[in-house]
Amino acid sequence: MFKWKTDEFSWVDFTIDVLRVLIVLAVVVGAWNTLSSGRITLAQWVNLFAAGLSQGSIYALIALGYTLVYGILLMINFAHGEVFMAGAFSTVFLAEALNRTGFLNDQPLLAILLMIMFAGLVSMTVAILLERVAYRPLRGSPRLVPLITAIGASFFLQYAFRGLYGSGFKAYPQVQILQGAISIGGINIPIVQIFVFCSALLLMLCLYWLVERTRIGKAMRAVSENKEVARLMGIDIDFVIMFTFGVGGFLAGSAGVINGVFRPQGVNFFMGFIPGIKAFTAAVLGGIGNIPGAMLGGLFLGVIEAIGPNLVLAGLGIPGANQLKDVIAFTMLVLVLIFRPQGILGERLSEKKA
Amino acid sequence: MLSFPLAAQTACDDPLGCVEVAADDPIVIGAMLVVSGAINYLGEDTLGGVELALLARDYTLLDREIELALEDSLCTAEGGQVAAQRLAADPTVAGAIGTNCSSAAQGAIPIISESGMVMIAPSNTSPSLTNADIAAGGSHQPGYFRTSQNGLIEGMRLAEFALLALQAETLATVHDGDPYTSGLAAAVASTFAEMGGAVVFEGAVNKGDTDMSSILTEIAARQPDVIYVPLFEPESNFFAAQMQYIVGLEDTIIIGGAASFSSSFPENTGDAAVGIFVSGPLVSGDAYEILLEQWYEEYGGDPPSGYHAHAYDATNLLLDALETSAVVNGDGSITIGRQAIRDAIAATEDYPGLTGRLTCREDSPFAGDCSTGMALAVFEITEAEVYDDNWPPPIAWNFAVDTMD
Repeated sequence: MFKWKTDEFSWVDFTIDVLRVLIVLAVVVGAWNTLSSGRITLAQWVNLFAAGLSQGSIYALIALGYTLVYGILLMINFAHGEVFMAGAFSTVFLAEALNRTGFLNDQPLLAILLMIMFAGLVSMTVAILLERVAYRPLRGSPRLVPLITAIGASFFLQYAFRGLYGSGFKAYPQVQILQGAISIGGINIPIVQIFVFCSALLLMLCLYWLVERTRIGKAMRAVSENKEVARLMGIDIDFVIMFTFGVGGFLAGSAGVINGVFRPQGVNFFMGFIPGIKAFTAAVLGGIGNIPGAMLGGLFLGVIEAIGPNLVLAGLGIPGANQLKDVIAFTMLVLVLIFRPQGILGERLSEKKA
Repeated sequence: MLSFPLAAQTACDDPLGCVEVAADDPIVIGAMLVVSGAINYLGEDTLGGVELALLARDYTLLDREIELALEDSLCTAEGGQVAAQRLAADPTVAGAIGTNCSSAAQGAIPIISESGMVMIAPSNTSPSLTNADIAAGGSHQPGYFRTSQNGLIEGMRLAEFALLALQAETLATVHDGDPYTSGLAAAVASTFAEMGGAVVFEGAVNKGDTDMSSILTEIAARQPDVIYVPLFEPESNFFAAQMQYIVGLEDTIIIGGAASFSSSFPENTGDAAVGIFVSGPLVSGDAYEILLEQWYEEYGGDPPSGYHAHAYDATNLLLDALETSAVVNGDGSITIGRQAIRDAIAATEDYPGLTGRLTCREDSPFAGDCSTGMALAVFEITEAEVYDDNWPPPIAWNFAVDTMD
């Protein structure tokens, strides 16, 4: 609400309010122009939404790793995108082998499960090693120190995997059972997108159960609340932190395989960078440190990214709207930080824990 | 105290300076090729062509050993710049083969030209590289030559293919901002429009994009008959694979550029690659068959892409030019004038190469073009390329035979 009284007037608040109005106006005008032109059919909108939901599911799985680590250590693990890459890149060779033997298409679900387990284990190992080697010695240092270390670790992992597997692009083989589409209400939805959404949702539910219903989950929550009190209660803090990194890593590795099933091409040592930053955005969007927030933030970001360029930017007559997909994602990050720093579901952690 | 080879320097009266090869030294030629990265198969392909051309002369020229200095030009302007700087810094390098990518050439040309060297590109196709009109976006400078076809010619042929062979009335084009892809997309679109077709969409994606649904939906809203997509992998894979899920593009045909002319394209794209047309080099003849046999003996298997013959021709043009312009001195050293090398290549006329009879032109926008422009075809990807590792795909349109003009 505008603050017109002279004694309460603030130029910062005023600017933010004007910005808020302008953004809403731009979105409304852009969307109105696009929808009233009728260029894009309902079926095409549904396609975009479904693709966005699938992409968002992958962001959500990666975002959970950011949010878990932040929740427990108040640290942004910027190397988490590379943890995702480690699982995805390593598993592409297993996927090729399974495809060559025919197992991938004879027993597709079992093969995908095997790939998820393998990728999860690789990423979990990388995440645990990161914690043990790069972050644990810095625990207690100023918060900038592990942040810089994380960026360094990110580059280290990229080039380590480049050295290991080469700089070329690989692609996951196609899973035949997931090809084609299912007609829902006369609109075709690709089976692979339904699979991606459902499998990501299942993994998210498993995580929720782990955190809310198990003993180790209770320990994670206790460490997240107050490490010293948790230690006094007999909780092994180091183990819980390592376990948290491992769980985040497993989810990132799983996301790598699900991403490989969804968009099989473009697997290389650099593939984790952009999804990592997007997932961080999703975690902030949902409220970093909040598990359902990361899930919601990921889905929301995926859908906004998929629909935003065609709905808003094209409607505003901005040329090359599709090339501004990333701009939408990062603009969302800036807007969230300005208007709702605690995110969609998050608490104001800076006040509570910092 | 520094000493200078005065005798050799005084022997040189070339305005651009000379390459001095001492009595027992080898003649060094450079290669700026894409050795690493997503399209390193193109570098491997053309490096094979260069090496086989050298092997055909037993790595010997003017009774000297020929040494090849290989630099990774990547597929970026920065990569080309670095590779060119490294070669230009070495006064013994007589000339270079490369680059593979037009973007890398844009970085390399000013440095190579300034240093007085020559570069002969085996797989650059961007029209801007042979256009000397800087105001019109040209980037040609003296010393640049190529044996690959000019994108203007390729664009004209592909527009002709879309209109006449596919009976397309509407066209969309997508590039990624690279000089190669944008040059080709513009050339196809302008020729298609000139020939009476309607260009309904001209757009671009970012390098590194994985989600193509947004641009595909915009294209679907325009209902084109054909989409011309000269993208590199993996963007071309993402584009083709995701197109199958877009409502409204079920009957639209994709034509890919030579950047997709690799066995990895159908392999990485999967089912969606079936029915896609890709343009690519087409070389035939007895001499070429012998080259393929030599390739098999040296490296095993088939060349990974289609520009090895262009690289073979480029190397021979350079070696012949060195031979023509070299002066063997009394002390056994060799002096080769840099301007003389350029002049010798520029004077190439009706040269019997593997890719046709080559004549190097000097008129912009074809300055430095030595290609016939006819060693080109459109291929259609079938299930055999996707599932049975067959390569190359069957020819759908051979410009040397099917061309309408």
